[in-house]
Amino acid sequence: MLDAIQQLGRATLDFFERLGRGHLFLMQVLVSVPATLLRPRLVLRQMHSVGVLTLLIIVVSGLFVGMVMGLQGYNTLVDFGAEDSLGVLVALSLVRELGPVVTALLFAGRAGSALSAEIGLMKATEQLSGMEMMAVDPVRRVIAPRFLSAFLSMPLLAAIFSAIGVYGGWFIGVSLLGVDDGAFWSQMQDKVDLHGDVYNGVIKSVVFGFVVGWIALFEGYDAVPTAEGVSRATTQTVVHSALAVLGLDFVLTALMFGD
Amino acid sequence: MNSRTLEIGVGLFVAAGLAALFMLAMQVSNLASLGGDADSYTVTAGFENIGGLKVRSPVTVSGVRVGRVSAIDYDTTAYEAVVTLSIDSTYNAFPNDTSASIFTAGLLGEQYIALDPGGAMENLGEGSRIRLTQSALVMEQIIGQFLYSMAAKNEEKTSEE
Repeated sequence: MLDAIQQLGRATLDFFERLGRGHLFLMQVLVSVPATLLRPRLVLRQMHSVGVLTLLIIVVSGLFVGMVMGLQGYNTLVDFGAEDSLGVLVALSLVRELGPVVTALLFAGRAGSALSAEIGLMKATEQLSGMEMMAVDPVRRVIAPRFLSAFLSMPLLAAIFSAIGVYGGWFIGVSLLGVDDGAFWSQMQDKVDLHGDVYNGVIKSVVFGFVVGWIALFEGYDAVPTAEGVSRATTQTVVHSALAVLGLDFVLTALMFGD
Repeated sequence: MNSRTLEIGVGLFVAAGLAALFMLAMQVSNLASLGGDADSYTVTAGFENIGGLKVRSPVTVSGVRVGRVSAIDYDTTAYEAVVTLSIDSTYNAFPNDTSASIFTAGLLGEQYIALDPGGAMENLGEGSRIRLTQSALVMEQIIGQFLYSMAAKNEEKTSEE
């Protein structure tokens, strides 16, 4: 009985200790970010592996999500004779929700897990300690450029996802199902608000980029330096990122569109 | 991978991202049709009932959009809704006896304000008030009136017999 209570207590303390370490880690990273800006080459290299290599999956998923939205939306709207509103439906769902959220989930799966595994392996092979021995701050040299590139790539990827998705919906709706081209775009332009919808979508994707980057790098940095620890860190990155993104999305949606 | 292809890749990625943002702003949302507030003037109109009119609903003349609803308030002394219309200043020659009515686009569409120019010599200007207004048609009221008149007719018929 006492053992069970002790375990509960230890689990709670461990949880808070880890939470505290996570926040200290974030502080350390944020403090190192200005110094990283002086070395854009490091960020550039990471932008390539985090952003450019994620581009393909984002483009393909965006296209298919937009096409599915076009098909499903058309089938529902045509019952009410409102198929001209297809553009509004596709654009609003992509810009407000699907763009930022699906991009963040894919980003966590493609780039976040890679970051965790990379950092975790660096720790397991004692490269990070090696850097410290040479008086190179690993947070400044390794972590901060990766964090910055994740933070910068997410909004761009989300915007590409939404734009491609709108064209996917347009292709299905206008080219294949015969929705009027003019009505598709003009209703969309009439109903989608730049500030209310597009900006808020971008804000969401910035927040998600921040959170996914933080979780991925912290999981890697805090991993148990064994093969098992690294695999665990990679898995946890994807799980925790997905939960954080979906939970935060609800909060952000309630704040932005709740009135 | 050599540094040049890497840089080109990142450059293309950032350019594509910015192009997508630009496309979302210009093509998908209403940036192109917004217009600044600087080149518009506001007039007010009082309505008994505005139905489902909202801020940013369109203001049209003969079906052409000339402005938007910029504010909706309630006047507690006159007991009516006061709607502020922001009209593009290229359309600055409406007679001051222009009337405003609230219509519905389609059967279930959104509501908008239609202006109908009158014949007065003086024009509406900044801060003028539109005197002649027609309230929104509320579906329940119309159905209610219809049922009432049907019942009245039936009563007449039965009393004639």
